[in-house]
Amino acid sequence: MTKKSDAAYAEFMARAYAMEMDASERYADFADQMEVHNNLEVAALFRKLSHVEGLHAKRILEEMGWKQPPRALLAWRWNDEPEPPETAAVTDVHYLMQPWHALQIGLKNERRAQKFFEQLVRSASVPAAVKKVASEMAEEEREHVRLIQEWLKRVPKPEPGWDRDPDPPVYSD
Amino acid sequence: MNAPAVATALTAQDFKSDYKPVWCPGCGDYTVLASITRALAALALRPENVAVVSGIGCSSRIPAYTTCYGFHGVHGRALAAGTGLKVARPDLTVLVAGGDGDGYSIGGNHFLHACRRNVDLTYIVMDNHVYGMTKGQPSPTTEPDWKSKLSPAGTGLREFHPLVIALASGANFIARSFSGDPGGTASLITEAIQHPGFSFIEVLSPCVTFRPEQRGWKEAVRPAPVAPTDDPARAARRLMTDDGFNIGVLYKGNRRPYATDRRASQELAELEREFAL
Repeated sequence: MTKKSDAAYAEFMARAYAMEMDASERYADFADQMEVHNNLEVAALFRKLSHVEGLHAKRILEEMGWKQPPRALLAWRWNDEPEPPETAAVTDVHYLMQPWHALQIGLKNERRAQKFFEQLVRSASVPAAVKKVASEMAEEEREHVRLIQEWLKRVPKPEPGWDRDPDPPVYSD
Repeated sequence: MNAPAVATALTAQDFKSDYKPVWCPGCGDYTVLASITRALAALALRPENVAVVSGIGCSSRIPAYTTCYGFHGVHGRALAAGTGLKVARPDLTVLVAGGDGDGYSIGGNHFLHACRRNVDLTYIVMDNHVYGMTKGQPSPTTEPDWKSKLSPAGTGLREFHPLVIALASGANFIARSFSGDPGGTASLITEAIQHPGFSFIEVLSPCVTFRPEQRGWKEAVRPAPVAPTDDPARAARRLMTDDGFNIGVLYKGNRRPYATDRRASQELAELEREFAL
């Protein structure tokens, strides 16, 4: 049985919460960026991804019975990476990107998250209670990977030269 | 049960204004903004007790994107304005922010003297080695062999070494971070604000529009393999041989910050008599 009072378990859930929130905030930032650059279709897609990650974070709060969000530590590292595995790199976006690109970002992040939880399950030093919930989360991420793959089938793959801008921001002589 | 630690009264979100940044998607400055707001929340500061001062350039837009007091000043003069503000209002936490062009070229002289004066403020430079706002001219930190339409043969000029200059000029805290590590950058900003005197953080912040190759910085950066030192000579050796990608606190000095004697030296009536015609 999972003991919610267990410190290692609580820390794991705090990290999982931080992971979901970070992903949600980054997608929201991307949605804002796309709105500012009038790429509304991609903005809406990022907004949706942000909403979904936010729901996951909310569910962790509810499961743990936390009235307030746990504090994320600034110095946290994620398998030696500075950002959580579900967070897209800020440099991944382009103002002319298309929904296909946004979904590729989502797919990459879900796969990284799945791998992160699977590694925890395999680790000998992780307590059983944490392994159990990590295994459930890995399964959830696997399902998200599958959903995004399905979604990608309905979205056209961009033509070569999709990022060509007839009026580019680069100074032209 | 309780969470491991209760969140502070204000969150990073509380330090973000309703204005959406107009930076290019993918710009490193987005995460620098996030790092600043996280640091302010972690220090349990309040927006009304913080002032963010800037000059001109893409990164200098940052005051508008916070809920703190802001001053978007004249090109290169952010440190002059920030110094004046901190001396007049020592109760405020003063952050000065800008880019490499604003801080090292147009504002280069102010940079030297701000380091020398050692007023208790934090200077955050978002360094992308290019003038982004004005379409990609080489800046003081641009590599001599970087070729572009505006510098087809490269500048051929040696780069400016801001951390070395800061140390030689008297900065009391010198660090470098990378925008792709917002948590680490927030930690450094937190430490810089808490350290007395002039604290300088160079944040490597890629310009994905004019320097798309800077996306590769995430593979180049590494934690500095040395502990912070308070020995300027040791720090000088370290910084002079640095390749520009060591991340962390590189110098933490012990100089006493500049502070004015705020006691009145004359009564107002006396001053009025002196100026009376």
